[in-house]
Amino acid sequence: MTRPEYAVVTVYSTSHALRAEKVLQRVGITNKLIPVPRRISSDCGVCVRILQVDAEPARRALEAAGVEVEGIQSL
Amino acid sequence: MIYFDNAATSWPKPPPVVEAITNCISEVGANPGRSGHRLSIEAGRIVYAAREAVAELFAARDPLRVVFGQNVTEALNLALRGLLRPGDHVITSSIEHNSVMRPLRALERRGVSLTIVQCSPEGFLDPAAVEAAVRPDTGMVALNHASNVVGTLLPVREVGQIARGHDLLLMVDAAQTGGAYPIDVESDMIDLLGFTGHKSLCGPMGTGGLIIGERVDLARLEPLKRGGTGSRSEYEEQPGFLPDLCESGTLNVPGLAGLRAAVRWLLERGVEGIRARETALTQSLLNGLQAISTVTVYGPLDNELQVATISFNVSGMECSEVGLRLDEEHDIMCRVGLHCSPAAHRTIGTFPAGTVRFGLGSFNTVEEVDLALAAVRTLAEEA
Repeated sequence: MTRPEYAVVTVYSTSHALRAEKVLQRVGITNKLIPVPRRISSDCGVCVRILQVDAEPARRALEAAGVEVEGIQSL
Repeated sequence: MIYFDNAATSWPKPPPVVEAITNCISEVGANPGRSGHRLSIEAGRIVYAAREAVAELFAARDPLRVVFGQNVTEALNLALRGLLRPGDHVITSSIEHNSVMRPLRALERRGVSLTIVQCSPEGFLDPAAVEAAVRPDTGMVALNHASNVVGTLLPVREVGQIARGHDLLLMVDAAQTGGAYPIDVESDMIDLLGFTGHKSLCGPMGTGGLIIGERVDLARLEPLKRGGTGSRSEYEEQPGFLPDLCESGTLNVPGLAGLRAAVRWLLERGVEGIRARETALTQSLLNGLQAISTVTVYGPLDNELQVATISFNVSGMECSEVGLRLDEEHDIMCRVGLHCSPAAHRTIGTFPAGTVRFGLGSFNTVEEVDLALAAVRTLAEEA
């Protein structure tokens, strides 16, 4: 079994990550809060890991809910 | 024991508040927003849930505009000291608590000009007098929502309309109303709402905060302190977004767990219901006190026009002696003196002697009001 391809949604703070998590859960997009990978940012906070295939639906859902997103990047 | 000092802090606390605090300390205990591990995220969830609860209670659209701090005093200091600059003019009332008056007096020494609109001896504020005080350099109106001395409600919504009409910010000190009187920051047109967790919100001490409306220019808002936020750690400058702009250092997470439980408890009961119950007790107390010929009661003397805070004096007995004897001889806890509000006492004519204050809360009963009235009658006869 191959490891799934992930993307991460980076946000400005843990508060924003928790808000993003709620929105994604509401629309049924599987996600998990994880520490921000160092190669993506030197920030010490958390980001939202999603499946790469969900990147576009996630972007749209977060935008529709008015959640400020820094970026969505492949892991 | 009869606890009539809810205007200072509410007691007892609802059982879910105690459970939430205990659970947070014993089961979660990590630092929110600082690390990426499960417990840290769980602590973050507790804080976020507290923001959501407070936002729901006060009808604020965005939970991230709820900034937490130690208490309402800190929140009011943040709003006043964070936004007013030398050359600005600010309007306030003559029944403010020192949590507003002292920061304003300090700002006055640094070049902020201040107009204090006189209230009536009952504590009423005429919105037209506020409008008449507006000048070209006015930036803010800072108002108590209800007097902590006589309970008088101020016409926040009417002043909010005036503030919007003149493009001013309205800051409201909701220390005495949050959780006890309905507040809707949108329809009341409140730009800055300072609240405390430990009074009518029924949460623990060490919690409170400021709801910062969308009309507030964040680029202009100077936080009271700067430091670690867990966000933007690569930069040595403070983040410019909320809540991190105003929340440096580790928050009181167990306290916020308790506050969240308290607000949920309030929302289940409904603020309107709590208000109805307290107005009934207030009217009984007002009627009973006014029936004692040697007792003077201050304020509106009308439960519709005030919160459940009542000030009175017994002729021939200092308020401090009344308070001591209520405690020692009748097992009643209340607060006497100036209640950190010399301006309000000057307004109602009780400076510097002060008053006896009964502050009712969610857990007080008709029986307690009757017992307290009997106790005051006894003291009045002995005076």
